[in-house]
Amino acid sequence: MRYCKKAQYRISIIMNWQVISMKENQDILIIENLTKTYGTTLALDHVSLSFRKGEVHALIGENGAGKSTLSKMIAGAVSPTEGTITINGKQLSSLTPVQAKELGIGMVYQEFNLVAELPVYENLFVGKEIRKGVFIDRRTMIKKSEEIFREMGVSIDCTKKIKDLSVAYCQLVEIAKALLENSQVLILDEPTAPITNKEVELLFQVIRKLKAEGIAIIYISHRLEEIFQICDRISVLRDAKHIKTMAVSETTREELISLMIGRELSQEFPLRGKDFDYEGAKTVLKLEHLTNKYIKDISFELKQGEILGLAGLVGAGRTEILRAIFGADHVSAGEIFVHGKKSVIRKPGDGIANGIALIPEDRKREGLMLFLPIAHNMTITIIKKLCKFLLISRSREKKQLDDSVKLLSIKNSSLSKPVSDLSGGNQQKVVLAKWLSTTCDIFLFDEPTRGIDVGAKKEIYDFLFKLKAEGKSMIVVSSEMSEILNLTDRILVMHEGKLTGELRYQDATQEKILTLASGFGI
Amino acid sequence: MNKKTHSKQIASFYEKYGILVILLVEIAFFAVKCPNFMTVDNLFLVSRQVSFYGIAAVGMTMVLLVGEIDISVGSILAFSGCLSAVLMTKCNVPIWAACLIALAVSTLFGVISGTVTAIGKVPSLITTLAMQTIIKGCTYLMTGGSAISGLSDRFKFLGQGFLADLIPFPVVILILMFILGYLILNKTYIGRRIYAVGGNKEASRLSGISTVGIVIGTFVCSAFVSGIAGILMAARLGSGMSSVGSGFEMEVLTAAVLGGVSLQGGKGNVLNVLVGSFIIGILANGLVMLGVIEYWQWIIKGLVFVCAVIVSNIVIFIDRN
Repeated sequence: MRYCKKAQYRISIIMNWQVISMKENQDILIIENLTKTYGTTLALDHVSLSFRKGEVHALIGENGAGKSTLSKMIAGAVSPTEGTITINGKQLSSLTPVQAKELGIGMVYQEFNLVAELPVYENLFVGKEIRKGVFIDRRTMIKKSEEIFREMGVSIDCTKKIKDLSVAYCQLVEIAKALLENSQVLILDEPTAPITNKEVELLFQVIRKLKAEGIAIIYISHRLEEIFQICDRISVLRDAKHIKTMAVSETTREELISLMIGRELSQEFPLRGKDFDYEGAKTVLKLEHLTNKYIKDISFELKQGEILGLAGLVGAGRTEILRAIFGADHVSAGEIFVHGKKSVIRKPGDGIANGIALIPEDRKREGLMLFLPIAHNMTITIIKKLCKFLLISRSREKKQLDDSVKLLSIKNSSLSKPVSDLSGGNQQKVVLAKWLSTTCDIFLFDEPTRGIDVGAKKEIYDFLFKLKAEGKSMIVVSSEMSEILNLTDRILVMHEGKLTGELRYQDATQEKILTLASGFGI
Repeated sequence: MNKKTHSKQIASFYEKYGILVILLVEIAFFAVKCPNFMTVDNLFLVSRQVSFYGIAAVGMTMVLLVGEIDISVGSILAFSGCLSAVLMTKCNVPIWAACLIALAVSTLFGVISGTVTAIGKVPSLITTLAMQTIIKGCTYLMTGGSAISGLSDRFKFLGQGFLADLIPFPVVILILMFILGYLILNKTYIGRRIYAVGGNKEASRLSGISTVGIVIGTFVCSAFVSGIAGILMAARLGSGMSSVGSGFEMEVLTAAVLGGVSLQGGKGNVLNVLVGSFIIGILANGLVMLGVIEYWQWIIKGLVFVCAVIVSNIVIFIDRN
């Protein structure tokens, strides 16, 4: 019986494919000469593109290249200065978010618009509840929600509350919300940034399904591997201009990178030096049976000058290990030894006093005072040391800032401007600057390159290696497999709060890490 | 697009000079409308009146900067005035000791509000609302509701006297407090941390700042300066009165918000709050001189407060978008 259903489903997909191939060249969305200026700055410069039914069209470019401006214009959130948008044959010179929705444009932003305390089905119908008189018709809403998810090929309990779902499922709820509006064009902004590799596969299944149903998907991402996996065509934007559109099959990763940054990028990851000498290296950090609500019985050592990778799925406890070491979370049992000495770390201040720095995953929420000046953000960790008695010494602070700006080549016109004015990459550098000015020698990096562009990523990688060369020790958590494989000396893999394996980088492969991460031993 | 840059310019102009313009317009208005307004005597009266709000507003600014609020300042003002009066008249405590004890108890109230807010995680609006009632109760218990008179002339000097026969004594304290507030907030690491906690509490905690300590500290400052204002007020009135602080928190809050301090925390300059205090003080004085009845004054003050908050929100919205 079950087999039958599966077969039926396959047939329907194949039939869909045929339908699609017939209509393949139908453009559902055409933009012409789309331009946006803010004052004197050009955010988008006469960009013309077309999107076809049933294609996944990647939009790539560095931060500030114009991707988000373009997608926001299509979604009606930003109105164009010049140019037209044609949706389904209807030409418009500007449109509102409501119009865009009515014309079948759906957008899933990086930040979700979901109500955590409400169940999935109510989130799908927020503002358009199905009612029987004045009462909410719960049963019909649940039924309709289940239908949508079935169409997407996702099994989910629609009565679960959003707060009990993983990030990946929240995203699927957002997609379902867009589909419920009969979207024919779906814009996904960095959809894989918050989710793990395993969940990416689930998302891709959904995307393939939607594509088969003739929905055009605009896929914005920094991760080139994914684009090759899921997309049909790629459009590259650079400095507000449209550079090139091509089929995925006709291009390479190297070409894309050079198109995006406008120059050849010799090498994405820095070259490794000689292999790490484990016998000769001093242990700087040692955990023994560290346990709290999120992590269980964690024991490992970090050597001086080592980059240790922590791999695993989101929610496996990688972030939580870093937070426990740093003192950001409560530790219920276990011991931490720093430089061979047993240390009591109860609050972040204790972590810092022990020379530990945490560069958090979510820089906007945990790393930066977004609306305070760049300068104040960079010196907040050492501001007390820059004081004579109680008063801040201007000359000392200025010297410190000059050093930081030089060290990280942070681009900024004025240090008194708020950090929110900077691009993602430069914001991350401000977080780095904040910690590099301290005397810390153990750096805990949580997703150090999340949401930043290719050029800035490479700078961060180079920086990690520079720190390593200086004898600093690092633990790096990353969901990007290439980072884990190319940056680290040794990899610890986690599954559900426990360590499931340890690999030297020479032995590590994506498959091995994934096997360990899903809880199976090798 | 042009509209956007335009509104940004207006917002930044307002942030820089807006309240000065409001102050000047206000002064001009009252100067024209009531002939007695621009007299030396009246200006002294106003500045003396402004001192009480202004002194408390320095503390309120700090509390608002960390993203909290303190509505118990009026109760503390009444309490500290009454306690010092009771100590001096009924227990024969010397002036300096009475003042110190009153300030110490006021500060203790700040410690309680701060601790309950920062450690107990009770919203500060609720904490200080409760404290307001509790402190009011303490004040009435202490005085039985009647005014405590019979204060010495030396004590009254604190509220009524002049320094060098020229500057009203409370104004001296006001200036001192603002200088101190400015130094703490802008020139010390403590000030940086106050702004940081208000800018992003979690990021501050992860930067090694004791956010609990900072939050408690701001409540302590607020209670302390309210205590000072209370003593000066009792000296000014010549008696300790339990009813004196009602509505005081509104004026203090309005002064701070007019001065550009955001209720969301992390943004504001204490020197502008001084200008804000004058705007409020002159408004109160001018309305009295115009013969506006008190009930209308309440309505007007309430409207000014709400408008100040709305304008402050609009400025922030334009700034951050």
